[in-house]
Amino acid sequence: MKVLVPVKRVIDHNVKIRVKADGSGVDLANVKMSINPFDEIAVEEAVRLKESGAASEVVAVSVGPAQAQDVLRTALAMGADRAILITAETAVEPLAVAKILKGVVEAEEPGLVILGKQAIDDDCNQTGQMLAALLGWSQGTFASGIALGDGNAKVTREVDGGLQVIEINLPAIVTADLRLNEPRYASLPNIMKAKKKPLETKSPEDFGASIARRLTVLRVEEPATRQAGVKVGNVAELLDKLKNEAGVI
Amino acid sequence: MAILLLADHDNTTLSDQTAKALTAAAQIGGEIDILIAGKNASDAAAQAAKLAGVRSVIVAEADALEHRLAEPTAALIVALAEGYDTILSPATSTGKNVLPRVAALLDVMQISEVTEVVAADTFKRPIYAGNAIEVVQSTEAKRVLTIRTASFAAAGAAAAEAPVRSVEEAASGDLSRFVENILSQSDRPDLSAAKIIVSGGRALGSDQTFRDVLNPVADKLGAAVGASRAAVDAGYAPNDLQVGQTGKVVAPDLYIACGISGAIQHLAGMKDSKIIVAINTDAEAPIFQVADYGIVGDLFEVLPEMARQL
Ligand SMILES: Cc1cc2nc3c(=O)[nH]c(=O)nc-3n(C[C@H](O)[C@H](O)[C@H](O)COP(=O)(O)OP(=O)(O)OC[C@H]3O[C@@H](n4cnc5c(N)ncnc54)[C@H](O)[C@@H]3O)c2cc1C
Repeated sequence: MKVLVPVKRVIDHNVKIRVKADGSGVDLANVKMSINPFDEIAVEEAVRLKESGAASEVVAVSVGPAQAQDVLRTALAMGADRAILITAETAVEPLAVAKILKGVVEAEEPGLVILGKQAIDDDCNQTGQMLAALLGWSQGTFASGIALGDGNAKVTREVDGGLQVIEINLPAIVTADLRLNEPRYASLPNIMKAKKKPLETKSPEDFGASIARRLTVLRVEEPATRQAGVKVGNVAELLDKLKNEAGVI
Repeated sequence: MAILLLADHDNTTLSDQTAKALTAAAQIGGEIDILIAGKNASDAAAQAAKLAGVRSVIVAEADALEHRLAEPTAALIVALAEGYDTILSPATSTGKNVLPRVAALLDVMQISEVTEVVAADTFKRPIYAGNAIEVVQSTEAKRVLTIRTASFAAAGAAAAEAPVRSVEEAASGDLSRFVENILSQSDRPDLSAAKIIVSGGRALGSDQTFRDVLNPVADKLGAAVGASRAAVDAGYAPNDLQVGQTGKVVAPDLYIACGISGAIQHLAGMKDSKIIVAINTDAEAPIFQVADYGIVGDLFEVLPEMARQL
């Protein structure tokens, strides 16, 4: 079974972003970019499936600018076999990404697609569910465990009240939550090897998909900021302030 | 203009997240129908009918809908979609699972985690872990939204009950099956509804100390207990207690962060709390930058002392 893993190039999770003064967006010039952390977990899961013999090939795919090659190389260094970059210079909305990925799925015919549950830049949490819808496949979202069976998979999902286990027919879409696994660090030899692995470049049109935006971003604003308050010396003083100053206890 | 609101419930109880999403729906404006997808869900439906500003409650009951699996629930909403120009749900794990599937089936781009209704077609939503706010407009024929409930007050009770009617489930193929729920048992208030939250981080050290040190304070305050990702990853607390960018977003009157450094991903889930208290040994910890009151000190001394004095 082939496993397809879509990965997104996003701002590194350690970077504190700045909103542009003119409200047109977030300043991404010269900031460190990385593979979306949830997608890294998805790659790890796919590679583990290959190592256990359950998967035959792991294909990483990214929709993004030419520099998204870097995150594909990261996936290859972690153990993906080959990569596909679908170039798009502007930000692509999840629905359009899902339409492109549908085309990739039809061409590659994977038995399982594992995506991160959300990208840490737009925080949409949509692409996996949308891809499942467009393909008419089942979906196991927010997964903290995947157990492959015969023609199906048991997925443990992180839900509001705790955990939920569902069984989904294969082929299927799974989206990875934080506790699915702990991704490996790629070793130097594997990083070197990854440079030689195949990386194909395509365009959205190759999959008959449009990346025209549906939503209009009118502006991007600074969030309300909080002021640092006061440090208090002891518990009695804290409780007094909570009671008499803030009135919350 | 009509709005369809997918309710959050467990067949017997309607969660207050539904009433909060209803407030957002009322701000958008239009006739609002609440959809109860479930099984033996008449109790939840009756509670929905009592909420203010509801035109009607639509109930669909079937085995496949008992746990609101994504495929049958999305198929049901799509079958009902014609009569609505806005479809929304609270951004609960069910809403986040189901609505993007609905949006794609309707060929609509969803707007996730709405925190403010600017106009019927324009919304604010946080991006980059809440470090920027996007003002986004949808000019599509239909809008699909999830609502961040921490940003909206719950709708009140209606003077008269809304009518309840039943609809059939929609065919979706037998794509998935429910196996089991492994839900956390707790007598404490739910994180999303609690007025006070006592939250613990990596510093708690083990699941035993997490409970032994936080629970007495939480009990005295009638508070819910929360956790950082580090505490959940380490197994000190179950996943449903995680507060943050990728966990629960809360806005209680009082949030007490104990041994939590204040990473942006954690702040994303709690920085709209009315009052924030930080207890941390490191005076430079970023959590103090958002805290109204801070104690630089060892939580293993401060919290037992707090429990004694409360
Ligand atoms: C994609 C992604 C998503 C994430 N999502 C979330 C999320 O939803 N929620 C979340 O919380 N995090 C999230 N994180 C993780 C986040 O970046 C931090 O790693 C995490 O919040 C740290 O948890 P912590 O504050 O408990 O631990 P630490 O950062 O290790 O902080 C522990 C703190 O305890 C203090 N301390 C130690 N001993 C004591 C003592 N005896 N008394 C008092 N204080 C003490 C220390 O000074 C320190 O400040 C995410 C990260 C990524 C990459």
